[in-house]
Amino acid sequence: MVIAAGQSQTIVPFRDDVAHDAARDVACDVAHLAGRPSLDVVWAALASVPDPEIPVISLVELGIVRGVAWDAGRLVVKVTPTYSGCPATDMINTLIRETLATLGVMDVVLLNQLSPPWSTDWIAPEAKRRLKEFGIAPPHVLGSRVDVTGISPLRRAGIVVPCPRCASAHTELLSQFGSTACKAQYRCLDCREPFDYFKPH
Amino acid sequence: MKVEDALFEYVLRLGDTDVVLAQRLGEWIGHGPVLEEDIALANVGLDLLGQGRMWLSYAGEVEARTRGGAGRSEDELAFLRDGGAYRNLQLAEMPNGDFAMTMARQFYFDQFHLLLLRALTRSTDPRVAEIAAKSAKEVTYHAERSADWVIRLGDGTDESHQRMQRAIDGLWMYTGEMFAADALESTLAEAGVGVDVRMLHAPWLASVTAIVGEATLVLPQGEWMQGANGRGGKQGIHTEHLGHLLTEMQHLQRAYPGAQW
Repeated sequence: MVIAAGQSQTIVPFRDDVAHDAARDVACDVAHLAGRPSLDVVWAALASVPDPEIPVISLVELGIVRGVAWDAGRLVVKVTPTYSGCPATDMINTLIRETLATLGVMDVVLLNQLSPPWSTDWIAPEAKRRLKEFGIAPPHVLGSRVDVTGISPLRRAGIVVPCPRCASAHTELLSQFGSTACKAQYRCLDCREPFDYFKPH
Repeated sequence: MKVEDALFEYVLRLGDTDVVLAQRLGEWIGHGPVLEEDIALANVGLDLLGQGRMWLSYAGEVEARTRGGAGRSEDELAFLRDGGAYRNLQLAEMPNGDFAMTMARQFYFDQFHLLLLRALTRSTDPRVAEIAAKSAKEVTYHAERSADWVIRLGDGTDESHQRMQRAIDGLWMYTGEMFAADALESTLAEAGVGVDVRMLHAPWLASVTAIVGEATLVLPQGEWMQGANGRGGKQGIHTEHLGHLLTEMQHLQRAYPGAQW
């Protein structure tokens, strides 16, 4: 793997530096005095980096940048993979390094953080709207399956995925696996267009 | 046997099974029955490859911790070990056969894999627990898909029914190894690091029985289980098929040592 294997990290709900605003502000002031970009500037820069496979959302909106922190003179960036075999991982690491280099930050440590595992529930709501405009049906919140126990629990009808183009609910699953690890393939039975569905994960 | 000494072998077993099955699924690329299934087979293989990389990376770190030296990298472990040093389940190395055979192999394994990973999320080894938690989310989709196919093909046409039954029958004797615990696994299970796979057999059999029944297929009754006597893939005893698989998978690194992509 390109990035260092992660140590076991404290489990946090989301960006683990946000909860410590006061401490962070102080740290930022110190950082500013030392002539290095504040963490807010770093976050803003990373928020401008598009995901290489889904360019309408950024790495930060996707929820895979888990934390940034200064450790002495080095910037530590924690990144979590979406899927463990996602082939975009190396590309994402390269993009992060390139972006930070434009801020003059060259000494970067990328930590691969596995826990807690990434979830589509972490994708920002605004980003979900842009996914839909891009033609990818956004993920449902986990647990919103249709109850088919009256038919047979083993023959799952799945969930209703509206067409991102014409909004019809009259769609069908073509395959649970699509053009990337994180997507399934659907087809709209009204406008007849095939489309990707970002799988709840 | 000390826990730390056993851990390297245990993690290899987890990683090797993923890597070998990923390679098998990769063999389908360009040969799937329809485009969507070609892509799906590759995606499942990709998930397993990613999981295998996490396990083998960890195995290398455990090796360094317990045996000194730098420990082998994930690439060294995957590409530079001979068949006898591989610790995968024999089921994973079974040839693809027809689509039904591939799906039966996946079905038997996915149903086990999901139970195993969910149990491993409670491992006292935090790294094992977090790799398992990450993997279990992906394998949930694998298990749904392979069960769907067993039902669709079993309860499909005469031809698909007959092929699915043949596949379910043919691979049955390789399912026993999944639930056979040797001294190494028992040591780790007692320490809370690993899982006592014997405890997974009843829930596995219950769901497999229900799905096979829904598929209008007959669950095999054979009692002989290949490699379940402490001399199976997990101990480095393999079928003739693994060597051929590794020949193809390892060719580049063997022919051009140290080659970089």
